[in-house]
Amino acid sequence: MGETVKTTPKLLPAGKSGIRRFLNADRVAVLAVVVAYAVVAILVYTGSATRQLMNMLISVSCYIVLALSLNLVVGLLGELSLGHAGFMSVGLFSGCTMAVLLHDTLPVILCLPLSMIVGGLAAALVGLLVGLPALRLRGDYLAIVTLACGEIIKNVITNLDIDGTPLRGALGIDTSSIRMSPTELLPYAIVLVLVTMLVIMNFKRSKHGRAIMAIRDNRIAAEATGVNVTYYKLMVFVLASLFAGMAGVLYGYSLPTTEASLFDYNMSIEILVIVVLGGMGNLGGSIIAAIILRVLPEALRDFSDYRMLAYSILLIGIMLLSENKRFKSWKSQVSLGSLWNKVRAKFRKKTPAVATADAVAEEPNHTDSPKGGDGQ
Amino acid sequence: MIQLVETLISGLTLGSIYALIALGYTMVYGIAKMLNFAHGDIIMIGAYAVIVSVATLRLPAVVAILISVAVCTLLGVTIEFLAYRPLRQSPPLTVLITAIGVSYLLQNVALLIFGSEQKSTPRMFQIPDLKLGAVTISGVALLTLGVTAVIMIALTLFINKTRMGKAMRAVSEDKEAAELMGISVNKTITVTFAIGSALAAVASIFFGATYVYIKPTTGSMPGIKAFTAAVFGGIGSVPGAMLGGILLGVLEQLSKTYISTLWSDAIVFGVLVLVLVVKPSGLLGKTVREKV
Amino acid sequence: MSVFDDVQNYKSEGSHLVPYPSGAVIPQRDLGKTPVLEALHLGVDFGGLTAVDDFSLVVGRTEIAGLIGPNGAGKTTVFNLLTNIYQPTRGNIMLDGYSTAGKTTAQLSHMGIARTFQNIRLFSNMSVLDNVKVGLHNNTPESLLAAVTHTFGYRKWERQAESRAMDLLDFFGMADLAGEAAGSLPYGAQRRLEIVRALATNPKLILLDEPAAGMNPSETAELMVNIRRIRDTFQIAVMLIEHDMKLVMSICEGICVLDHGKVIAKGSPDEIKANPRVIEAYLGKKKEDGDHAEG
Repeated sequence: MGETVKTTPKLLPAGKSGIRRFLNADRVAVLAVVVAYAVVAILVYTGSATRQLMNMLISVSCYIVLALSLNLVVGLLGELSLGHAGFMSVGLFSGCTMAVLLHDTLPVILCLPLSMIVGGLAAALVGLLVGLPALRLRGDYLAIVTLACGEIIKNVITNLDIDGTPLRGALGIDTSSIRMSPTELLPYAIVLVLVTMLVIMNFKRSKHGRAIMAIRDNRIAAEATGVNVTYYKLMVFVLASLFAGMAGVLYGYSLPTTEASLFDYNMSIEILVIVVLGGMGNLGGSIIAAIILRVLPEALRDFSDYRMLAYSILLIGIMLLSENKRFKSWKSQVSLGSLWNKVRAKFRKKTPAVATADAVAEEPNHTDSPKGGDGQ
Repeated sequence: MIQLVETLISGLTLGSIYALIALGYTMVYGIAKMLNFAHGDIIMIGAYAVIVSVATLRLPAVVAILISVAVCTLLGVTIEFLAYRPLRQSPPLTVLITAIGVSYLLQNVALLIFGSEQKSTPRMFQIPDLKLGAVTISGVALLTLGVTAVIMIALTLFINKTRMGKAMRAVSEDKEAAELMGISVNKTITVTFAIGSALAAVASIFFGATYVYIKPTTGSMPGIKAFTAAVFGGIGSVPGAMLGGILLGVLEQLSKTYISTLWSDAIVFGVLVLVLVVKPSGLLGKTVREKV
Repeated sequence: MSVFDDVQNYKSEGSHLVPYPSGAVIPQRDLGKTPVLEALHLGVDFGGLTAVDDFSLVVGRTEIAGLIGPNGAGKTTVFNLLTNIYQPTRGNIMLDGYSTAGKTTAQLSHMGIARTFQNIRLFSNMSVLDNVKVGLHNNTPESLLAAVTHTFGYRKWERQAESRAMDLLDFFGMADLAGEAAGSLPYGAQRRLEIVRALATNPKLILLDEPAAGMNPSETAELMVNIRRIRDTFQIAVMLIEHDMKLVMSICEGICVLDHGKVIAKGSPDEIKANPRVIEAYLGKKKEDGDHAEG
C-alpha cells in the first residue's frame, strides 16, 4: 500500500557525526585486520619474521575464516553446530584432490582459487544436506545431528582410498606435490580472510542478515513477519560450509599430508569455543579470539604439559566470570563503551539538544509496567 | 547363526555400557537441562581409580569398585557444585562451554598424573565363560548384562516409587513449580549428578574389563556414543536412554561383524540422523508443542 | 452490565453493520468490496480435543472487528489458525478473496495478514529500528548479491527501508527509541513496537492479540486512538482480541463472541451488549469467578 504517512521523515542516526558513522565496529575490525596483515606481510617479505610466526600464519587465517563462518550459524542464526570441522574437511579433500590432479596443467594462481571454489562448493553441498534435517530439529537435537554428520564425514573420508587420486584412506591426502610455503600462501590467505570478512559483515547488515537474526530471536514472530525460515536456515548452513570448505583448501595447501581424523568433533568444539569467547554474533570478536586462541598455545609451546590444563581452567573461569553479577556490573562500569557514554553524556549536558534522549527514559509507562505480561 | 547370537550378545554388552553412561546424560539433561559434556571423562577417571586401587594399592576387587564409585560420585557432585551451579540461570551455550572446559580439565589432569601412554586394567573378575551348545558367552559379558539389568530395574523403581524420584520428576517438569511445592531443586540436582556419576563408574568398570586399555582420552568416544544413544532414545527420558544405549551397541556390533569395522561409525551415526529426521524428539522423547 | 458502563462510542461513517451473504454482517461502507477475511466453518482438533469448532466470520476491508470471550474460549487459537501457525483441521479461509490453504505463515504475511502476540514476541536482541526493518522484509527487494557486496541497489533499498521504518516509528511516537535494543524497552513500548512491526509488513488485515493487556487506563486510551488511526490512515482492517470491554465496545464495529471454541454471538456492540447468551456465558462466568477471569 502506498499510503503516505503525514509526518516528516527523520533519518537515523540523528546526531552521529560522519566519522562515527563510518567507524562502526565491523569496519574497525576490517581495518585492524588489514593493518595486521600489512605488518605481517612486511615482516615476512623482509625476512624478519620468525619461524614460529611463519608457521602460524596460515592456520590462524584458516581459523579466522572458520570462526567467522561458524558465527553465522551459532551467533546469527542461533543454532548450535558441532560439526563445522567436517565441512572444512570436505572442502580440503575435494578441493585439494582437484588441485593435485590439475597442478601440472594450470598455473598456481589459477589452480589455487579454482580448487578453493570447488572445495567451497562441495562443502556447501554437504552443508545443504546437513541443513535439511536442521529444518525439523531444534536445539540440542540439531547439535547432535551436526556432530553425527561431522563424524560421518570423517568416517567416509577415512575410507576413501582411490587410485589415481591423492586420497590414501586412513593415511590422509597426499598434497606434497602442491604444498606451498607460508610465504607463498600468504597473499591467498589474506584475500580469503578479507573476502570472508567483508561478505559476512555485509551480509549481517542486510535484509537477509536481519531476517536470520530475527529467526534467532523469535522464530514464530519472524515467520509471522514474512521471513521464510526454511530458506534462511538452509542459506546459513550453505554459506557457513562454503567458507569452511574454502578455509580447508587453504589449510591443505600448507601441509604435505592431512588425515581426515584431524577433523573430529574436538576441532569443531575448538572453533565453537572461539566463537563463544569472541562473542555470539560479534564478528570482530571472533577474529580476535581466533588469533589469541591459536597464537597463545603456540607461544606457550615450552610449557606444553600445562598449557591445555591452563586453557581448560581459563575456559571455565571465563564462563563463570562472564555470568557473575558482580563482575558484570564491574565490567559495565569500566568497559570502553560505558566510558565513551559517560564522556559523551558529560559533553552533551552542556547542550540543550539532549532533552529528547533523556525524556525517553522518563516515559510514564516505564515505572508502572509490571513484568506481568511475561508470565502468560 | 552362532556368529549372529555371539554378535548380538557382544552388542548387548556394549549397549549396556552405553546405556549406563547414557542414563547419566539423560538424567542430567532432564533435570538440569544441560548437556554435560564432561560425563564421558568421569568414566575415564573411574577406570583409573580401579587401576590405581588394584594395581598400585593392591586392594581387593570389591573395595576397588567401591572406591571407583565413590570417587566418581564425589567428582560428579563437586563438578556440579563448583562449575555448573553458578550457571543455573545462564544461557545453555555458556553451560555447554563450561562442561567442555571441565572435560578438558579432567583429561589434562589425568594426563599429568598418569601420562599419555595407555595403562591396562588388571583382571578383577574370575568368572568362567558360559557355553551354551556352540555359543560361548564370556563371563564379563554375563556380569555386565546382569548388573545392568539389576541397575535399570532399581533405577526405574527409584524414580517411580521413592520420594526423591518423584522430586526428580517434578523438577524435570517444572523447576519453579517444584520449588514452590517445597522441593529443594539444588539438592535434587546434586542427587541426579551423584546417581549419574555412580552409573558412569559402574560403566567404567565394565568398560575396563572389556577393553582393558585406558588412557586420558578414553572417555570421549564412549561418551559421545552414549550421548548419541541418549538423544537416539529421546533425551530426558530414562527408558529412552536404556533403549537407545542397547540399540546403539547392538547396531554397532552388527555393522562391525556383517558390514565393515571401518564403516561402523558412519552407519551408527547415519541411523541416528535418519531416526531423528523421522522422529525429531527421539524414540521415546516427548514432542513438545510450542505455545504461541 | 457494569462492564459496559461509561462507554463512549466513537464510530466512523458507514460503520453500521449490514447483511453480507451467508448470514454474516459487515460495515456498510465496505459493502461491494471483497471482504478482507472470510473464514468458513473453521475447526481444529488437538489430539481428539476440539479447540475451535465451526468458526465462521467475515471482516470488511476497513472494519475494526473484535473477538471476545472468556479465558480458554479459543480466541488465540483462532488467530493461530488464521495465520496458519496451526493448520486448520476443517473449513477454509479466504484472505482478500484468495484461499490460504496450504500456505506457510510467511506466505500469509506476503498475502497481507499481520499479527501481534499475546505474550510479546519481539526480536529482543535487535534494535527497535531493525525490528521494524524485519517487518519490511517482503517489501525490500534486496538480492543476496546486493547484500554481500553492499552494491547493486543495496544503498537505495536500505535507505528506503530506513526512512519507511522511521516514518512508521514516528507515527507511534517512537522515533526517538529507534536505536534502543527492543528487549530493553518498557512494556507498553514493546507492545506498540509489535504493532509497528506488524504494520511494516504492509498488511490488509492486522490481528492484535490482547493489545491492552498490562496497560494502565491512560495507555489504553492512547491505544484506542492509535488503533483508529491505523485503520483511518492505512485503510486496513483490524481484528483484535481483548478483555478490556470498554475498549472493545467503543472501537469495534463487529464483534464475535467465542465460548468453548464455538461462536455464540455476532453483531454490533449494542447487539452484543443486549445478547442474553453473551451475558450468561461471558458476564455470568465473570461474576462467578471474577478473581481469575482476567488473564
